[in-house]
Amino acid sequence: MFKPTLLAAALAGALPLPALAVSDADLAALRAEFQQQLDHKLKELQARYEDRLKQMEARLATPDAPAPAPREARSNDFNPELSLILQGGYARHKSGERRPTGFLRDAAISAPARGFSLNDSELILSANIDPDFRGQATVILADGQANVEEAWFQTLALDHGLTVKGGRFLSGIGYANEQHPHAWDFADNNLMYQTLFGEHFTQDGLQLKWLAPTDTFLELGGEIGNGNAFPGANGGGGRNGIGSWAAFAHVGGDVGESSAWRAGLSRLAARPRGRESKLFDTAGVDTNNTFSGRSRTWIADFVWKWAPDGNPRERNFKFQSEYFQRDEDGELIHDTSGVNTPGAYRARQSGWYAQGIWQFMPRWRAGLRYDQLHRGELDFGANQAALLPAGYTPSKWSLMADWSPSEFSRFRLQLARDHAILGNPDDHQVSVQYIHSLGTHGAHKF
Amino acid sequence: MLLRVLLITLLLAANTAQATLNVLACEPEWAALTQELAGDLARVTTATTARQDPHHIEARPSLIARARNADLLVCTGAELEIGWLPLLRRESGNARIQPGQPGYFEASAHVHLLERSGIADRAQGDVHPGGNPHFQADPRNLLKVANALAPRLVQLDPANASAYAARNQDFQKRMVAAIARWEKEAAPLRGVPVVVQHRSWSYLADWLGLKVVADLEPKPGIEPSVSSLAGLLDRLKTQPVRMILRTPYQSSKPGEWLAERAGIPVVELPYTVGGSAAAGDLFGLFDDTVAKLKGALK
Repeated sequence: MFKPTLLAAALAGALPLPALAVSDADLAALRAEFQQQLDHKLKELQARYEDRLKQMEARLATPDAPAPAPREARSNDFNPELSLILQGGYARHKSGERRPTGFLRDAAISAPARGFSLNDSELILSANIDPDFRGQATVILADGQANVEEAWFQTLALDHGLTVKGGRFLSGIGYANEQHPHAWDFADNNLMYQTLFGEHFTQDGLQLKWLAPTDTFLELGGEIGNGNAFPGANGGGGRNGIGSWAAFAHVGGDVGESSAWRAGLSRLAARPRGRESKLFDTAGVDTNNTFSGRSRTWIADFVWKWAPDGNPRERNFKFQSEYFQRDEDGELIHDTSGVNTPGAYRARQSGWYAQGIWQFMPRWRAGLRYDQLHRGELDFGANQAALLPAGYTPSKWSLMADWSPSEFSRFRLQLARDHAILGNPDDHQVSVQYIHSLGTHGAHKF
Repeated sequence: MLLRVLLITLLLAANTAQATLNVLACEPEWAALTQELAGDLARVTTATTARQDPHHIEARPSLIARARNADLLVCTGAELEIGWLPLLRRESGNARIQPGQPGYFEASAHVHLLERSGIADRAQGDVHPGGNPHFQADPRNLLKVANALAPRLVQLDPANASAYAARNQDFQKRMVAAIARWEKEAAPLRGVPVVVQHRSWSYLADWLGLKVVADLEPKPGIEPSVSSLAGLLDRLKTQPVRMILRTPYQSSKPGEWLAERAGIPVVELPYTVGGSAAAGDLFGLFDDTVAKLKGALK
């Protein structure tokens, strides 16, 4: 509308064609109209630019007006959290295996290293897989081998307090079972867990956990697995069915601001087939034995943590104790690499440990632990004469002190008196240990 | 009759319990802010107290149980809670509070963070490469966080949208007025040299113009040692300061050691709501902070 008029006016002004016989009055009117429209348009443009200028000025005046890009916590963008634990040290103790007298233990547990040694280095990768799942793998690196200690997925979005975990995972039974060696408060595992599982009980299977919608912490869990790990065993042949079952209940809460506690009761059942254990016979000869039958374990656990005002930074105290009772019955084949004599086996055994860790100043902690095992009822049937040792109560005292220059490094000195073996006490065990954590390492559980 | 009254009361209680939002705040300042914005519309609890170091909290069973029942988590973010919050969320079995869900609110996403180094080398101590997370010490940040938190509350509880909006407007008005008052009162503090314990006071210094000369911690998160403190004492001889600032959750020993030898006061500032008797809410927090700073100047 504006343009044709302008064009017409320009033509009219530039080419005063006499042939068109346009009157002066007509021309003047047209010029006036043109001027008017031009003025109007200019004013409009001016107003528009002024508006935009004002907007820009306003934006400049408030420096933080362009909202910072929302940056919520990410774990290393899309890469998994990667963490490596370096452990090693020096140990001084008697040579050979330290199998508690009177207990069947996993034959795969090797004698603890002496002198300078590199302990397991743990490589841990974890990340959210998608909005519904999280995954984690823990690989133990040792000379010439890499063992998959854990490799699992866990649901994040089931809601209603439900979580499902699948794959290979540390069972939720007991308290110390879910702790990796680098999270232990002592240089070695307690006698109870050593005897029951070696290091800890690992399931290849599924776990379902439910957290009750109550103000008091109440967690119930159940697990099924292939039962390959001690106290289960599949004799190398595997099985289609379920080889191990576990169920656990944990309750916990706070007492005031300074104390928090958790207590639990767990049950583990397995049907081992051809499970290998080494036993010294009554003549003192080390023999191979296999057990097939039923294994059932109860574990009761209790943890109490205290810190002034609930602030553990400077001083804190942790008390931890667990008790187990294991019932096993079935058949034990004695001396499988020799005479191979089958016999009935029945045992009802128990044990416990208690430990206290006291952080008396920032960076420094001291701890004391006592372990005890009770042989209980032990019946080797036809092999009784060959295998039943004299009555003995294995026990161990450990005293440790550690220093942590930062959250990510720790050095530890431990002295122990190990009376696990009848007639063979080792009163002067000394360990010096370092534990270093590299990279993004997830938080430890309570 | 009595039974009927009891039943009705129970029903009413159940109804109101359903109507209120269950909010778990990671730190007391966010509990206080949520309370300002939601009033009786939310049941707010806090995971930590002012006497607890928010960097070092354990994922206690009681916290997991509370996370299980929370409709909304209000946290600082910027990796402050990295040592315990991820575990709390995972163990809770609560899909509403997972990252990316409306039930997870991170305050740091809505403010401008200082000290964004981008360097993630632990040789530098316990660093937060994404920026310093102690931004609640500048009340102007509370205004921004409130402006983001109010819409989040509306999103979770649309029925009470107008109430949240009105409460936020009221909060903004009161806070803006209070900030003007504090800034006026704190004018003499501008340019005053101080020593801090950890980078907990960067935002306060930035707001009031305090000059941070040194940190008691040789590196962030690393406890001061006698030798590092002695070095600091030497430095203060040529570069004198007026006071040492610390939070209620930090050890008083390093500050006292230095204060005694340098002849300057240690000021324990409330740091967050509940950090002192006077810091009962967000307004009391800064009333007390400014008063204590000015008191130490005399």
